[in-house]
Amino acid sequence: MLSVTGVSKLFPGVKALSDVDFTARAGEVHALVGENGAGKSTLIKVLTGVYQPDTGEVVHNGSPVRFTTPLQAQQAGISTIYQEVNLVPLMSVARNLLLGREPRGRLGLIDFRRMHREADEALRGLGIRVDVSRPLRELGVGAQQMVALARAVAIDARVVIMDEPTSSLEPREVRTLFDVIGMLRERGIAVVYVSHRMDELYEICDAVTVLRDGRVVHTGRLADLDRLRLVSLMLGREIGEVRSEGLTKFTGSHQAAAEPVLRAEGLTIRHQLHDVSLAIRPGEVVGLGGLLGSGRSETARAIAGALPTDSGRVSVGGAAVRTGSTPAAIRAGISLLPEDRKAEGISPGLSVRENIALAALPGLSRFGLVDNARVDKVVDMFVKRLRIKSAGPHQKVGELSGGNQQKVLLARWLAMHPKVLLLDEPTRGIDVGAKAEVQSLIDELAEEGLAVLLISSDTEELIEGSDRIIVLKDGVVVDELTGDAVTEDALMRAIAAEPSAPSEPADLPASPDLPASPDLSKNVKSAGSAHD
Amino acid sequence: MTTGTTEADMRPAPVHQEPDKIDAPTRAERFSALAQQHGALVTLLVAMVAASLSFDTFLTGDNLENMALSSAFLAVVALGMTFVIVTGGIDLSVGSLFALGGVLAAWGSQYGTAVALLLPLAVCGLIGVVNGLLIARSGLAPFIVTLAAMLGARGILLAITDEGSKTYLVDKDSFFATLGQGSLLGIGVPIWITVALFVLGAVVLRLTRFGQYVYAVGGNEDAAALMGAPVARTKITVYALSGLCAGLAGALNAAWLVSGVTILGSGMELEAISAVVIGGTLLSGGFGFVSGSLVGVLLLKVIQNVINQIGSLDSAYQQVVSGAFLAVVVVAQTWLGRRRRVL
Repeated sequence: MLSVTGVSKLFPGVKALSDVDFTARAGEVHALVGENGAGKSTLIKVLTGVYQPDTGEVVHNGSPVRFTTPLQAQQAGISTIYQEVNLVPLMSVARNLLLGREPRGRLGLIDFRRMHREADEALRGLGIRVDVSRPLRELGVGAQQMVALARAVAIDARVVIMDEPTSSLEPREVRTLFDVIGMLRERGIAVVYVSHRMDELYEICDAVTVLRDGRVVHTGRLADLDRLRLVSLMLGREIGEVRSEGLTKFTGSHQAAAEPVLRAEGLTIRHQLHDVSLAIRPGEVVGLGGLLGSGRSETARAIAGALPTDSGRVSVGGAAVRTGSTPAAIRAGISLLPEDRKAEGISPGLSVRENIALAALPGLSRFGLVDNARVDKVVDMFVKRLRIKSAGPHQKVGELSGGNQQKVLLARWLAMHPKVLLLDEPTRGIDVGAKAEVQSLIDELAEEGLAVLLISSDTEELIEGSDRIIVLKDGVVVDELTGDAVTEDALMRAIAAEPSAPSEPADLPASPDLPASPDLSKNVKSAGSAHD
Repeated sequence: MTTGTTEADMRPAPVHQEPDKIDAPTRAERFSALAQQHGALVTLLVAMVAASLSFDTFLTGDNLENMALSSAFLAVVALGMTFVIVTGGIDLSVGSLFALGGVLAAWGSQYGTAVALLLPLAVCGLIGVVNGLLIARSGLAPFIVTLAAMLGARGILLAITDEGSKTYLVDKDSFFATLGQGSLLGIGVPIWITVALFVLGAVVLRLTRFGQYVYAVGGNEDAAALMGAPVARTKITVYALSGLCAGLAGALNAAWLVSGVTILGSGMELEAISAVVIGGTLLSGGFGFVSGSLVGVLLLKVIQNVINQIGSLDSAYQQVVSGAFLAVVVVAQTWLGRRRRVL
């Protein structure tokens, strides 16, 4: 259906793809996997006309094609769903869904009534009911992703490419997505599916192609490949090595001091948070559990002053911090690593050095002039310590892989010498290897006495990384898991509990059926599910 | 959540989940939306009521006709500017193009009405296309490109008028002159033309596929490109439209003044931008409507008129008041936008 042969693509200093062959067949769901920087995104962009290959050719329906714009690829029946929702937030759902394909009536004018009906039908087909005349931005991220999906499917597509489509979906939405993928397969459409999540791959994919460092290292039926073998192919490490290391890098619990350094009390934001309180001791990692939209990010942002609160107090080391002001929070020693590192974190056009030093500059200046020698020293220290892989401190951050971008951000905040570190999805969208490194870094930081708040949609990471987990639901703290109760099972129960009956500690006898040693359970689980 | 099936399998009881629905906008959000869309209109009405209570001369036919006429030319320029700003761009060349269009029309009027209209449209439209090409294809900043066009067009203007010393006149009895001077049902022809153009502009922006692309490009350019919208073509078209509008406004103005006046139009680009922004269009793009721009123009003109009526106040204060007003509007828009969580 759609294939590439011998494709290479060079970027300044990097060979992103080298002699890659890839074939998506009709009626087949083809997994495209690899660590970040392996070349998946580049390959997708070659397939969809965003990039042109330096060598090799793209063959579509048996004849060589050369797409120079995404529009040409779409017209040829190749549609794409991107990891980040790529729609226009200010426009209505229907207008987004049908942009470029609006039903037109007399005089070529858009027939809005028909447009709304068609949009509504398309979304209902995917099990979503929304008012399609409202602006897209009013939808949750998951629902927005479903609109993108509806858009991709509605175009008479022969090939649908999905780049980590589930990274912002709720489990129920993931089910809908999988149903749609099944439907596409039956209709003889070729699906290319990119994901970091093993469970998903094994559930819906027929074939797999593994990329590493811009080369194809394996291609074939997915069922013939077990999970551990797949992980080792992606990482380029031997199986024994992978197994012995486990897949999360968290060690056990940390020595926490007695007095909390961060206290947040009664944080309330209308429609978002209601009376959320938490305290973190130095050296402690507190997880925030809950589903998408439960108020996890909002809590972190409220503490960091990035979201104005209606009421509530925050204090660090006993001293009150003015809420709703990021400078005040930073001065008090609170640093937030935001969820959306592209939009709220890095400045891609600036160098590694500049990105790290950005926030800390006032402290590295004398008489308003930047002390370059000190900046170099600080940057050098963090690059080494966080093992940031770059061509040098002057490389643009935009050119680094996701994992290294995240480390640069982490370095920026650590350079501020924070007392409290709020991490919102610190490992989202970064590859397995970098993920492990970030995880062990979080551990190290806590051991050094930092108070850490960890938000993660990756249950495993949350459970293993946190000493305690505060569970949020609809902006309310519904439970707190401590000690042996920090288990996946207990977390599910807490999230699933009926809102009217807050679960009491006695209701959680989950631990007895689980192995007593948390370390053992971790290794068993990691090796078994090889998840993320 | 990341754990696809494991999580679902391990979940002890099915979780009750609400179907996806959009949270109904809060009262504050609804109010903000209304204020953003109709705030300028309300302010205009209040200003007009206040002005007519304060000055007997305000609500006279002559005064209103004068205001409407002097608004008409700026309004046509603002119409084109609205399209540009909705795509997230800016066009600083319109003031120069307005003057250039006027002079070309006056010169061309000796060869007939068709030349008087088509020549400025062709030249100004072409300059708009060049603006658009440079912005869309070379990725240059609209600010710089149109600034260069503004200077360049002024240069052409000086060249064809012997450094501004030569003034071309329009024959008062020609049909072209009636486009500026004539009236229909007691209302000046330029006003009719302006109203017609705004209706057309509203239809194009709201009801055509091109209009959707204009909003999409301004709302999220990358997404628009990935959705297959012709981003470059859309940008080129809006700058061409803006050039056409400026040229036409200049031509109509020349017909009204029965001469091509070279010194006109300086600062007009900023007036047009002010009017568009006051009318509720977001300077960052993706949101706006042409009717607002018309209201914005009228509001600016009413303020000018009122200041003129206060005889004691120096007319230089017009600009102070207009500037202050613009600042207030931009602050209010930002605030309203935040309340609506648009920005």
